[in-house]
Amino acid sequence: MPGIAGRFSTVVKAKVSKLLDKAEDPAETLDYSYQKQLESLQNVKKGIADVVTAKKRLQMQSDKLEQQVVKLDTQARQALAAGQEDLARTALERKTGLQNELQSLDTQVAQLEEQQQKLTDSEKKLQAKIEAFRTKKEVIKAQYSAAEAQVRISEAATGVGEQMADVGLAMQRAVDKTENMKARADAVSELEAAGTFEDLTQLGDGKDDIDRQLAQLTTTSQVDDELAKMKAELGTGGAEPPAQIDAPAEPAPESAPADGGQSA
Amino acid sequence: MIVRIATEGQYELDDARSDELNDLDNKCVEAVEAGDESAFQSAYEQLLDLVRSAGTELGEDELTESQLILPPPDLSFEEAGEQFTGDGLIPD
Repeated sequence: MPGIAGRFSTVVKAKVSKLLDKAEDPAETLDYSYQKQLESLQNVKKGIADVVTAKKRLQMQSDKLEQQVVKLDTQARQALAAGQEDLARTALERKTGLQNELQSLDTQVAQLEEQQQKLTDSEKKLQAKIEAFRTKKEVIKAQYSAAEAQVRISEAATGVGEQMADVGLAMQRAVDKTENMKARADAVSELEAAGTFEDLTQLGDGKDDIDRQLAQLTTTSQVDDELAKMKAELGTGGAEPPAQIDAPAEPAPESAPADGGQSA
Repeated sequence: MIVRIATEGQYELDDARSDELNDLDNKCVEAVEAGDESAFQSAYEQLLDLVRSAGTELGEDELTESQLILPPPDLSFEEAGEQFTGDGLIPD
C-alpha cells in the first residue's frame, strides 16, 4: 500500500527490526529481546509518572487561580457596597481575565488526563504481551528443534517489538503534549511571580494604585464591620447608649510625643 | 489480515476488505495533496471506523505481527503531510 498506512507501516516495521537486530548472535535474540521489553515497560511507567506530575502542577495552578477569582469577586462586592463602582469594575475585569486563564488550564488538565489514560492502557497491553512472550518462548523451546524454535521465537519477538514501538509512539505524543503544557505552566508561574495574581489585600512593593485602593477598602470595610458589630452590641446590652459615645469625643492631643520624643 | 491502529490496538480484518482500505487510504493521500483538511479528517475517520467496525480486536496476549499499521487516531493534518515529506511520526 503506497498510501498513508503503507508509509507508516514501513516506518514502524523498520523501527521494529532495528529494535531487534541489535542482537547479532541468534541465541541472544531471546534474552536480548526480553530485556528490551522490560526496559520498554520501565520507560512507559516513567512516562506515566511524568504526565501525572505535569497534571498535578497544572491542577495546583488551577486551584490558586480559583482562589483568586473568589477573592476578586468578594472585593468587587465590597467595592460596590462602598459605592466605588470603578474599583468594582476593575476587580471584575481582573476576575474575568483569570477565569479565561482558568478555563484553558482546566482544558489542559483534561488533555493530560487523557494522555495518562492512553499510556496506562498501552502499559497494560505491553505487559500482557511481554508475559505472553515469556510463556511462549518456553513452550517453543520445548516443542521445536533448536533452529525452528529460533525462528518462531523471533516471530514472537517481532510481535512484542511492534507493541514496544507502539508504546514508544504513544509516549512520544504524550511527552510532546506535556512539554507544551509545561511551557504554559511556566508562563503562568511567571505571571504569578510578577505579582499579577498576588493577594490584592496585601500591601507591598510594585502594587499599583488600584491594588492599594482595594486593599484599603478591604481594611476599611473590615473596620466598619467591626464597628457596626460593636455598635449593635452596645445598643442591645447597655441602658445608657449615647453617654458612652459622647464621653471620649475630644481626646487629649497625645499623638505628638509618639515619635518626637524618640528623636535623638 | 492483521491491522494495527497505532497507540490503539490490533484488529483482524477479512482480506476482502483490503480494497476498501486502499480506497480510503488513497482518499487520505489525495486530501493531503490537495491541502483539504476537512476531506482528510473525514476520510481518515472512515478508514479508522472501517478497521474498528469490520475488524475484531486481537487479544492483549497475541504476539502477531501486523500487515498494516495505521497512524494514531489523533493524527493531525500537518502530521499526515509530514508522512510524505520525510519527517515521519517516528524519529530514528
